[in-house]
Amino acid sequence: MAYSAGTLPEAMNLIVAAHVSMCDECRAAVEAYDAVGGALMDNVDAVEPLSDECLSNALALIQQTDLDPVLARPERKDPKVPLPLENYIGGRLEDVRWRSIGMGVKQSIIPTSSEATARLLYIPAGMAVPDHGHNGIELTLVLQGAFEDEDGRFACGDMEVATEDLQHTPIADISEDCICLAVTNAPLRFNSFLPRLIQPLLRI
Amino acid sequence: MFRNYDIDLADMPIAVAPAAYRRSSSHVKILEQPKVSTDRDIDPVAYWAECLVRIRDDRDQKAFVEVFQYFGPRVKSFLMKSGADAAVAEDCVQDVMTTVWRKAHLFDPTRASVSTWVFTIARNRNIDIARRQRRPEPEDLSWGPQPEPEQTEVIGLQQETQRLGQVLASLPKEQRTMVEKAYFGDLSHSEIAAETGLPLGTIKSRIRLALERLRKGLT
Repeated sequence: MAYSAGTLPEAMNLIVAAHVSMCDECRAAVEAYDAVGGALMDNVDAVEPLSDECLSNALALIQQTDLDPVLARPERKDPKVPLPLENYIGGRLEDVRWRSIGMGVKQSIIPTSSEATARLLYIPAGMAVPDHGHNGIELTLVLQGAFEDEDGRFACGDMEVATEDLQHTPIADISEDCICLAVTNAPLRFNSFLPRLIQPLLRI
Repeated sequence: MFRNYDIDLADMPIAVAPAAYRRSSSHVKILEQPKVSTDRDIDPVAYWAECLVRIRDDRDQKAFVEVFQYFGPRVKSFLMKSGADAAVAEDCVQDVMTTVWRKAHLFDPTRASVSTWVFTIARNRNIDIARRQRRPEPEDLSWGPQPEPEQTEVIGLQQETQRLGQVLASLPKEQRTMVEKAYFGDLSHSEIAAETGLPLGTIKSRIRLALERLRKGLT
């Protein structure tokens, strides 16, 4: 709903748009929420009158404007990367510049507005991200492979929504290295000492 | 290639929404009925979809003016509720309406009503302007030019939209206010709590309840 209302930080819009590109059910849900927005806008109690110039300016503008050309839908450069994400990382997963964060896990931070942080995470097959809780929301969308935690198994296209209540240790499937898009709006709470120590350096 | 449009504003009919859509609000100017009497009895969702077809196929400026005069003030009202001042809101209305003119061929009546479509354009424009942020959009579903939509699908969507409007109107005032704030107030759930003095859990469950009712009203 917040995606539809347009009230989310940029990083969260990004992950929702990426997930919706991979999940028809959630696309339908988003469009239903858009319809609520449309109906609310339609049924306002009092409308704001417009100045006369507003219409005459718009009419002047449309005289010089024809229908936009219909562009063919662009192809994904990497079948694993939905287009809204591709627009941020520029191309393929194999071209991502990873930085190690320890135990074989790598990350790459995606620049967005500061209210929330988006990063790609690379978890080698069978490896775990240290046990942690959440001070806010953590959204995790699987782009390759799969992972499992206390909440269940998440495969390609699935998105896990972790809130303050969830304490988890995500473990990548043994079959394939797992790549995820993860968005947080507050730092994670690691339980062991070492991750806590290096946490500020990694902005995680 | 541009066609030559010679149009005199004074000759424009004042847009009057179909009977079911008119409100008695003092803000709305209701003047004469449009001369085309067949427009009056048609379902409003279908009526606006038809205006978009006229804009798309005939580049019909009269249809544009009607859409503008009906939706423009509503878009302005939405933007002002989201915190824009009147001047910014009017600039944005202008952008939104010219976008409607440019993208009329991308409107798909099987997936959205004109209100919904205009709402999404206004919301995105508002994010661009107010927050200077990009808003990532999902991949498009369509591949290349679409065939003319199936009439039954169009009618189905129109009926659902009508019912959504009715359900929304019949929500208890308290719940309706919650949903409105979430959409227009640009408030997060915790900010709603601060503004209304209600605890967060209550807010969340009320919003869910309101949306559940909305959904049940549709099925």
